[in-house]
Amino acid sequence: MKAFDYVRPASVAEALAAAARPGAAYLAAGTNLVDLMKGGVTRPDVLVDITRLPGLAGIEHRSDGSTRIGALVRNAVLAHDPTIATRYPALAEALLSGASGQLRNAATTAGNVLQRTRCQYFTDTASACNKRAPGTGCDAIGGVNRAHAVLGWSRHCIATHPSDFCVPLAALDAVVEIEGPGGPRSVPLEAFHRLPGDHPERETVLEPGELVVAVTLPPGADGFAAHSRYLKVRERTSYAFAVVSAAVALRMDGNRIAQARIALGSVALKPWRAREAESLLAGAAPTPETFAQAAQAALAEATPSGDNAYKIELARRIVVRALTLSAAGTPARVPALPASPFAASPFAATQSAASPSAGASTHV
Amino acid sequence: MSERQRHGASIGQPLTRRDGPDKVTGAARYSADFKPEGLVHAVMAVSAIARGRVTHLDVAAAEAHPGVIAVMTPGNAPKLAKSPDLKDNPFAFRLDLLQNDGVRYANQPIAVVIGQTLEAATEGAALLAPRYEAEPVSVALGAGEVFTPETIGAGSPTSEGSGDVAAGMAAAEARIEASYDTAAQYHNALEPHSSVAQWDGDRLTLHTPTQALWIAKGRLAGLFGIPPENIHVICHYLGGGFGSKGFIAAPQILGIMAAKFVGRPVKLVTRREQMFGPVGHRAATRQTLKLGATRDGTLTALDHHTLTLTSRHDDFVEPSGILSRHLYAAGAISTTHAVSRADIGTPIFMRAPGEASGSVAVESALDELALELDLDPLEIRLRNYAEVEPITHRPFSSKALRECYAQGATRFGWASRPRQPRQMRDADGLLVGWGLGTATYPAGMMQGEARATIRADGTALIETAAQDMGQGAWTVLAQIGADGLGLPVDRVDLRIGDSNLPNGGLAGGSTGTATSGTAVHNATQAAIAELAALAVADRASPLYGAGNAGVTAADGRLARRDDPARSESFSEILSRVGKACVEAKGQGQGDPASRKTYAMHAHGAVYAEVKVDPDLGQIRVTRLVGAFAAGRIVNPHLVRSQYYGGMIWGVSLALHEHAVLDPRSGRVMNGNLAEYHIPVNADVPSMEAILVEEHDPHVNPLGIKGVGELGITGTAGAIANAVWHATGIRVRDIPITLDKLLG
Repeated sequence: MKAFDYVRPASVAEALAAAARPGAAYLAAGTNLVDLMKGGVTRPDVLVDITRLPGLAGIEHRSDGSTRIGALVRNAVLAHDPTIATRYPALAEALLSGASGQLRNAATTAGNVLQRTRCQYFTDTASACNKRAPGTGCDAIGGVNRAHAVLGWSRHCIATHPSDFCVPLAALDAVVEIEGPGGPRSVPLEAFHRLPGDHPERETVLEPGELVVAVTLPPGADGFAAHSRYLKVRERTSYAFAVVSAAVALRMDGNRIAQARIALGSVALKPWRAREAESLLAGAAPTPETFAQAAQAALAEATPSGDNAYKIELARRIVVRALTLSAAGTPARVPALPASPFAASPFAATQSAASPSAGASTHV
Repeated sequence: MSERQRHGASIGQPLTRRDGPDKVTGAARYSADFKPEGLVHAVMAVSAIARGRVTHLDVAAAEAHPGVIAVMTPGNAPKLAKSPDLKDNPFAFRLDLLQNDGVRYANQPIAVVIGQTLEAATEGAALLAPRYEAEPVSVALGAGEVFTPETIGAGSPTSEGSGDVAAGMAAAEARIEASYDTAAQYHNALEPHSSVAQWDGDRLTLHTPTQALWIAKGRLAGLFGIPPENIHVICHYLGGGFGSKGFIAAPQILGIMAAKFVGRPVKLVTRREQMFGPVGHRAATRQTLKLGATRDGTLTALDHHTLTLTSRHDDFVEPSGILSRHLYAAGAISTTHAVSRADIGTPIFMRAPGEASGSVAVESALDELALELDLDPLEIRLRNYAEVEPITHRPFSSKALRECYAQGATRFGWASRPRQPRQMRDADGLLVGWGLGTATYPAGMMQGEARATIRADGTALIETAAQDMGQGAWTVLAQIGADGLGLPVDRVDLRIGDSNLPNGGLAGGSTGTATSGTAVHNATQAAIAELAALAVADRASPLYGAGNAGVTAADGRLARRDDPARSESFSEILSRVGKACVEAKGQGQGDPASRKTYAMHAHGAVYAEVKVDPDLGQIRVTRLVGAFAAGRIVNPHLVRSQYYGGMIWGVSLALHEHAVLDPRSGRVMNGNLAEYHIPVNADVPSMEAILVEEHDPHVNPLGIKGVGELGITGTAGAIANAVWHATGIRVRDIPITLDKLLG
């Protein structure tokens, strides 16, 4: 591994100053950055360890109804916070569906928001990648790309954003709080990650040296608590990135949907809000037909970027499923297999189970 | 026959691993845990291209990096005594050891950087920034010239059959023809290939993971031009071999060369992503099955053709068709293989090489035929039960497969399976499917030797250069030794994993316990005979005059067979003649006459239940019941563990594992354990392994068949069939991933 300087600032101001050095990178848990350094994907000269910065590891439920999550709150701490799990259940479910217990114990809130793509051509330094080395091209195009983007991609980059956590954050209108040389500012999470366009190397709106200090859920984001789910299709039952995922949050008004929020994961280089689908659902009855229309609308703009057309249909189906499950109500507790189709009961209420023997259902 | 007579006092007992405490406390030291005085670290640089040559390495930049000691390249690497490309025996696989600047596959070693620290050597390797002259590559199955290999697998005939397949197909009342693809799988044992090497003149001490200490010693002696006795290989513990460590691989030898190059002890550990190339893999296959049957399901023809890949520079051919020579009684059988070359590392043995990939195709095809005939999958298998080995017509030395089918079916509840697909749902509405696959693996033996020493203090020592790669040799060889000597197992010391011990053969091909166990057994019998000779010739002994054959060993004593009351302890016999011990050697190998007369295979039946989300296609295996018959079971606890491991790999084969190569570059694009999926705990279902009793008087004196590879066969086919039963969709492209079920 390349030799680097390691500094551990005592305050945010010191951190910002240290990060002004050329080749500096912020280090929190390192669950993503250290892997990339080992693979030579990133080669920072200075690591600014922010894990000891004061005041960034708290969860604050404020009197105005908002919740501020410090940048250094560990994924496991956040997911298991009883108030978070009650007010924002999809957030807890998304967190617990990601990575492994060990990684969740280490990984931080800001680190999750800032995690890099899993595109194999980004992590393979022998391949051309406009994100890793601007102007070299994109070997994912025309290559191995079953997992790549179907929305918002460009001819320069077809990668996806892999975060689970960011998907319900986007659905809940979360805001990213930033400190920087130019002072503090806030950016809606939905606008925080950039689509690739002509500059896939610019992954977020962060300016050089800026530091994410918190993620805030606005007042009212807990109004969806009774009807929200995160659902994630993956190629093994646990410890896998999503093929496609969806966060759905509904506010119900009797038998009608008062307000719907839908975000999709692993379909684009950012968590993808499906606003047209949300509009369709506002005031509608929660029927299979409505859900199918919403799913069509959510993926209306989707096009394959390679050998991945199946993801479009899969995304439609997961939207329908997440809507169905959300309408049925948030489960009392996060399922043992969070966000998994094997934890849900999509048809139990609507279809009669026909099993020829007890053996089919009792040996799980 | 009593249980004790049948199994022995130790054999057949479910002892926990003797090495367990050392492993869980970390006291067990694996190869890379050794740190000789003055140890330095070596890191391989590997090729980014799959074909061509290296034109430039920035050696100066690497050498200038603080802590870098030396850079070993084709320009300065020690010249070997003979070319690593020389195939002076069929198992001398060609190795890339910096003897030239050529590149034959991606991730091929192209240089080694030696540093004071791992970090320095790692950065040194990165600074080499190789430049290449690249040539176009081809890695696709069937691309380029397809030819018939001379042999397949470990030297088996490329084609074998019996009867007239065309006539059998013509006479059939139902036929299916289908092609099944299986994916390339790369060896990724938990412990990567490593070496800690130390030279003293022309003597080498080597800690390296190997499944065959003496084979490794022989290969190294040839390459370095030194006598085998100058080489001491130590491998007490092996963190998984599965075929990748049967023959020493290039990274291990590069560590030894690096130690010679810098004149210091060197440690080299293969990085995880470097496992995808130089240490072997199971090649992709496309298998075409043509089956014909009469209305009642009797096979009139079975044609199993395999197309696979090998490397451009060497030959190993995945023998997927072999199992069709032994498994089902068809009126006519044809098994053929074809291969094309690709710019890939040479494929190699991987757990049930041939049988694993072949089984999923054959078991799928048989179910497709059963569907045509509206037969239950179990029924069609019983209808074609081979009473004798189909092609050779030899009787089986033992075969309790019928009992496996029956016991597994009962335990699983198979009788209530609906014939048609998409008939079962669970309480959550998930599709449920049940499938069956037959497990089969040959009961082979290799050659090994062991030494047994009976000591005057009433204990004993068993020694053989066998290896424990997790299967339990530390435990079962002591059990076999204990019974052979008539001692409790806790009075038997065992030494294995050291090449200075008698040749223990190869822990591979499911032959380890059969071979080294037989050697141990024979050594104990010879040692007891030595001891008996001391007693029966001694007038002072109560055994005087009994003759060697007239005594038996039990509970640390020799007793007269005709009068067990007349006995004497081992200690008494040795003390009286003033000897500290007696020792004797024994050989383990198959009896050629029996092996000519009988077909020898282990069998099993695996029943699988899967659940599939009807809309999202996500698949989960929820239940596996395997019933296996493999002769005498030395340790049921460890054998179940082997079966579970095999069955889990069957889950991996069916649903997860597959290397993805970019056809343009030949690079493995998922060469890490985040993207190269194997099952995690949540993918491992409730499993049962039923040990079906099987007595085999022919396979070897102890009646032992191997169990290491049996469990992976049958399982993947059972899962593929269960997925069809759940969904009505027959996926012929393995692994079965959710995109293939979206419809």
